Amino acid sequence: MSRTILIDPVTRIEGHSKITIYLNDAGEVRDARFHVTQFRGFEKFCEGRPYTEMPALTARTCGICPISHLMAAAKACDEILAVRIPETAAMLRRILNLGQIIQSHALSFFHLSSPDLLLGMDAPPEQRNILGLAASHPEMARDGIWLRKFGQQVIEKMAGKRIHPAWVVPGGVGSPLSPETRDWMLGQIPEGIKIIQRVLEWYKTTYSQFTEEIEYFANFPSLFMGLVSDDDYLEHYDGTLRVVDERRKVVAEGILPSEYQDYISEYVEPDSYLKSPYYKLMGYPEGIYRVGPLARLNVADRIGAPLAAVELFTFRKLSKGSVLSSFHYHYARLIEILYGFERIEQLLNDPDILSEHVRAHAGPNRGEGVGMSEAPRGMLLHHYKVDRNGLITWANLIIATGHNNLAMNRGIAQAAKHYVKGDKIKEGALNRVEAVIRCYDPCLSCSTHAFGEMPLLLQLVAPDGKVLDETARAI
Amino acid sequence: MSAPARVITLHIDDREVGAHTDQTILDVARENGIFIPTLCHLKGLTPIGACRICLVEVAGFNKLLPACATKVTDGMRVVTHSERLDRYRRRVVEFLFASGNHVCSVCVSNNNCELQSMAQLTGMTHLTMPYRYPRLRVDASHERFVQDDNRCILCQRCVRVCDEIEGAHTWDVMGRGIEARVITDLNEPWGESSTCTSCGKCVHVCPTGALSIKGTAAAEMKKKTHFLAQYWTLKEDRS
Repeated sequence: MSRTILIDPVTRIEGHSKITIYLNDAGEVRDARFHVTQFRGFEKFCEGRPYTEMPALTARTCGICPISHLMAAAKACDEILAVRIPETAAMLRRILNLGQIIQSHALSFFHLSSPDLLLGMDAPPEQRNILGLAASHPEMARDGIWLRKFGQQVIEKMAGKRIHPAWVVPGGVGSPLSPETRDWMLGQIPEGIKIIQRVLEWYKTTYSQFTEEIEYFANFPSLFMGLVSDDDYLEHYDGTLRVVDERRKVVAEGILPSEYQDYISEYVEPDSYLKSPYYKLMGYPEGIYRVGPLARLNVADRIGAPLAAVELFTFRKLSKGSVLSSFHYHYARLIEILYGFERIEQLLNDPDILSEHVRAHAGPNRGEGVGMSEAPRGMLLHHYKVDRNGLITWANLIIATGHNNLAMNRGIAQAAKHYVKGDKIKEGALNRVEAVIRCYDPCLSCSTHAFGEMPLLLQLVAPDGKVLDETARAI
Repeated sequence: MSAPARVITLHIDDREVGAHTDQTILDVARENGIFIPTLCHLKGLTPIGACRICLVEVAGFNKLLPACATKVTDGMRVVTHSERLDRYRRRVVEFLFASGNHVCSVCVSNNNCELQSMAQLTGMTHLTMPYRYPRLRVDASHERFVQDDNRCILCQRCVRVCDEIEGAHTWDVMGRGIEARVITDLNEPWGESSTCTSCGKCVHVCPTGALSIKGTAAAEMKKKTHFLAQYWTLKEDRS
């Protein structure tokens, strides 16, 4: 008799979700599904509001990555204003975005995922968390906290507060960078580089112990999508979209934000509020693609930061084409933290960084604007339409986690097929299925614009729909 | 011709104070450094007692009286702060929050809003009644300004400043009770008003983000009401 396993809630992720594992008559895993059961409706209640409110309004989608939403929203509004923002404002936005990426990556790697890597996938759940990590590997916990703190302080010192600052505005930023903040950041960077290099060295000696996880954690051919600069460098703020396949062969490139609808379609699954975007030219579900740090390193030709370039060279050796195992999202995340420090330093040393010309003023000159930037979890897109007075008439947000939805589903099915045997779930197997999701560092409140709580549930379901076993966890 | 003002004495919070009969309780309290919170009141505009934040207890009266619109009398005994008054004031602020859509975090006037300050002052940390979430109009038709009814508390400062100082009387109130709204001309879009001089005084006296300068993002709207002080000084000098 076939059965279903339910994991609810999925733990150590940002947001709430559940996983259902379907078994066949022989007790083998037939399929697995990742459900996000929250809904918030940002796209709808933004209608009627002035476009100038959109950065602050949409930033409330998430407390972890509000800066990412500020970026995409402000860029969409820049399009509506039809202005090219001052170069200094663009550099300041870049620094802020990198601060956000550093803090979010540190949270994902150290606070959420590293307990699996340091304490083991089979360690008791009560120890497999940041507190357990602090007890067993205090230096690693301290490093993680330092890195996250730096990212948060960059945001606070530049934009006024750590969460939901209102500094990024249509046309640029609210105020110039002070020399004191620049000097403070420059003073912190050497320590940050030292820490992340130390962690990278440790990670490179460690991940080889996880050969089985690397093999079965969402390791499959797919497309990868991310922004690249005009000269093919890693890009987080501007640039155009590029799509590569599993061989790192370019499938499409030079895609402007305004052209996204020619390449991306969204499919709505009946069992999840998380939409499933797919690469339009390949159709659904064949057009499965991944975004985020792994995708960004796969699509970019170069990285533009000397120390990170050395790491990228090592990263490239993992595969002849694109690096396919989602386990390596962790590695890519650490490389991006290093890149973040180097790139912030480069930008802070620009002679125009303290310029006071940081905002372009205009009214609504276009009826439509699309803003695209790289959030920590991948490409983030905001698309607005306004009336002639600048009030929003329509909005569409495609969030990084949403892009990865099809890949997360395929990933947990792959891991479940390998690790889940029979109708009873072993704790280590459950954790491994969850850990696949953690690789993507999903932010579910963002991606569903969610409201309410939906902790992770793992369910084992029979072919007749009967729930045979389920494991639920408090948040 | 009205009788000339006489000098009288009264008690405010057990302090004996001197005053003229043409003064309000609020005027006398402020002259003597006694704080009474206000919201719709703005020196330089005719007091109308719309918001009821400045309610005070006066001996001999069962009901509370608005300090901004009540003239002093000889021997009057006024209490400006009591548990009852604190409760009433907090409840007034609650009603204002519940009746509109006041989302401070995304508002242009965040950190520069008199309603927000009043909530902090009265200790209104949450509502004890349900929000109404009315669906209200945002009028962005004016070239320079935006009117957002969601954030309007009907203090009518805009109506008064436009009428009394600018002399245009573009603004007025339409409807009654909870359905009341401030409108321009005969409820035409602001951008099509034939009387509006685009002076912006209404925007700057507005205590909340209901009237703002177009293009301002969250927390960017800072109101400037110094022109009223200049007007008031000029008026006093002349009298």
